[in-house]
Amino acid sequence: MSEIRLQIDGKEVKAREGMTVLEAARSEGITIPTLCHHEKLEPFGGCRICIVEVDVRGWTRLVVSCIYPVAENLVVRTRTEKVDRIRKMILELLLAHAPDSPDLQNLAKTYGADRDRFEKEASFCIHCGLCVRYCAEVKKKDAVGFIDRGIRKEISFIPEIAAKECWNCKECFPLCPTSYLQAAYVLTEALAFPSSSSEAVSEE
Amino acid sequence: MARLNSPEALENFRKDLLSKRDPNTPCISICAGAGCLASGASDVIAAFNAEIEKQGLKTDVDTKGTGCPGFCERGPVVVIYPEEICYLQVGPDDVPEIVSQTIKEKKVVNRLLYVDPTTGEKATQESEIPFYKNQERHLIGNNIKIDPKNIDDYMALGGYSALAKALSQMTAEEVLEEVKKSNLRGRGGGGFPAGRKWEGSRNAPDEPKYVIVNADEGDPGAFMDRALLEGNPHSILEGLIIGGYAIGSHEGYIYVRQEYPLAVENVTHAIKQAEEYDLLGENILGSGFDFMVTVHKGAGAFVCGESTALMTALEGRVGEPRPKYIRSNIKGLWNRPSVLNNVETWANVPLIINKGADWFTQFGTEGSKGTKIFSLVGKITNTGLVEVPMGITLKDIIYKIGGGIPGGKAFKAVQTGGPSGGCIPEEMLDLEVGFDELAKAGSMMGSGGMIVMDEDTCMVDVARYFIDFLTDESCGKCVPCREGLRQMAKILTNITQGEGKAGDIELLEELSETAVEASLCALGMSAPNPFLSTLRYFRDEYEAHIKEKRCPALSCKELIAYHIDPDKCTACMICARKCPADAIVGEKNQIHVIDQEKCTNCGTCFEVCPPRFGAVKKISGEPVPAPIPEAERTIVRKSKEK
Repeated sequence: MSEIRLQIDGKEVKAREGMTVLEAARSEGITIPTLCHHEKLEPFGGCRICIVEVDVRGWTRLVVSCIYPVAENLVVRTRTEKVDRIRKMILELLLAHAPDSPDLQNLAKTYGADRDRFEKEASFCIHCGLCVRYCAEVKKKDAVGFIDRGIRKEISFIPEIAAKECWNCKECFPLCPTSYLQAAYVLTEALAFPSSSSEAVSEE
Repeated sequence: MARLNSPEALENFRKDLLSKRDPNTPCISICAGAGCLASGASDVIAAFNAEIEKQGLKTDVDTKGTGCPGFCERGPVVVIYPEEICYLQVGPDDVPEIVSQTIKEKKVVNRLLYVDPTTGEKATQESEIPFYKNQERHLIGNNIKIDPKNIDDYMALGGYSALAKALSQMTAEEVLEEVKKSNLRGRGGGGFPAGRKWEGSRNAPDEPKYVIVNADEGDPGAFMDRALLEGNPHSILEGLIIGGYAIGSHEGYIYVRQEYPLAVENVTHAIKQAEEYDLLGENILGSGFDFMVTVHKGAGAFVCGESTALMTALEGRVGEPRPKYIRSNIKGLWNRPSVLNNVETWANVPLIINKGADWFTQFGTEGSKGTKIFSLVGKITNTGLVEVPMGITLKDIIYKIGGGIPGGKAFKAVQTGGPSGGCIPEEMLDLEVGFDELAKAGSMMGSGGMIVMDEDTCMVDVARYFIDFLTDESCGKCVPCREGLRQMAKILTNITQGEGKAGDIELLEELSETAVEASLCALGMSAPNPFLSTLRYFRDEYEAHIKEKRCPALSCKELIAYHIDPDKCTACMICARKCPADAIVGEKNQIHVIDQEKCTNCGTCFEVCPPRFGAVKKISGEPVPAPIPEAERTIVRKSKEK
């Protein structure tokens, strides 16, 4: 693997070919916020909070660092006025759904995001997809998935699979930035497989 | 069944076909496109078949249901060959007269001809009608001559000769060079040069490679691709096969929305016929080139018109765009080099190969060559599909071809580029139509939607409508689009309902920036356009709504009131009887008054008040005048005084 040199926030950074800007930055201790990123999962590019500014072939453009590949002599700026403004807006949009999420609140402090800028629509899920993708990609069970589209999109446990697979796994729970996932699970369990779950517990 | 195993066999087959077709045999072409079918074309076709049988002409006359020639406003359209007599708005009752007069007696039925509204002159042939006369119809011009279910009709017009030429006389590189030289740009929205896209795939190392037709036309009011796919499916197939040859692909897909059942049916049928003729499959025309095509039906998501979402859907997964910074012509379908072009782009390819890039580039502007089909809809006299050379002005399309605005209303704006396009105001009507020109004006070419709006259209409400549409069609994967558009739709709805606040415009601008700069795919990146372009040209309307709670176009229901002018009301009782809310107080000889408490602003009174009285008024941003005192309501009529 050839070594690639790039510049992040004025600092010379060495990276391997195939790495993303986010990986290169983190390897050097440079912080870029993320909400939908996870080392074990394929890049998703959904939350857009890891947006950074790059100079590429004479153009300045905004890209998401969790996907954008490193390149020789690439110049990256992780905090510009515009980047910060967009991150602040993304946080404010998400805080309308999950105002008490600790992850969002911490980032809100950094970027001066106002948790009350938009009218509350407390659906709690921020659609980062961590649970859905972890279950599909790491556990290969597909016990939780997205249903519907766009603003009506929700996570949902598939009762038939969840009844068999979830009781002794629950590895997705700590991934959720809002705790909504646990609620969704408990609700599914209560509605769809209460008896099987109590049997499972008694077998333990 | 003919097996065409060489270019010579194809030409011999064509000669044979033409020799069997007497050009003097009368042929009745009836448009069986979506618009005409909706106006009853299938009854007309049935009536012709029955009448011809009845008059004993079955062996002497051909009838065919064809693709859409574009003049939907006056459908069902019937053209009679060889004289090319064009009859408009033909109903089943007109059929016996057409058969006995035009077919038997060779006489023209004058009452079914086009009448020029200004000169009163009648036009016998299609080419004399201003709607057609000012077009340049290379792509849809043949639609009325072709029964889309009959490959021989396409062959008779020179079909598949471009494929034969490419395979037998040109190397793949030469085909690619010709397309590059033509500067054909993608007709689906992006306007990316097709030749460069093809070259990228051709040079990409991975195998196999794919060519794909994007027939997921989803813009409200747009039906260009539908008309081509339904009316002349072989032209698209021919283009696709040539594209496959040029980039070294042996597998093509047609991604067509299932809401176009006739397009699915016709293109599936066309593939079968082309296979039977050995124009698809192994060793096409004896060239050694193999190519096959599969039709894939889309499940009805607007976002699947976006290239990476379309490919994801083709792979059998949820149609959401991919977060990648590598072009799909390098890594596309199943991560292989994939050329995705729109229906109309592919349909241009046989023309470029047959007539040459120089022929193609004679039409258009510096940056946009060839012709473009637009779907001209909205407040326009001649609704339909128009094919025009790039570089024509918007004014010429709207007035010369479209016949201007109906009902004596004033033009206000034209929305181009589909839901994420922009609105262009009157002072820019001299703008030449082209990819770069429209983008500079804050709109875009898109796939060719063109919605004309008159003075009664509220531009804030237009922005609200399109942002609403896009919010509904957002796939929901990324935050700037899913959440940003949701908030934009809310704010715009508030403004149109009189609940706009100071700071709303600035907040909308900030949300737009986030969507444009940070969205995952082109849907989100372009979604704020309807807001941004209407703000750019009609800012005063936004301000009137927010500051004065006034809708200048008198269109937003929550911001207007209806009022009866006591000086004009003749107490005819029409509005009072029609009012569904019983909100009109009045009787014979008593001037009518609207009870504002009961009125629901439905507008029925406004519509039914006879224009010669014009007593019902819409008002906005000002208080409703107090009703005249009951004592003064009695109308004393002159006739009664006598």
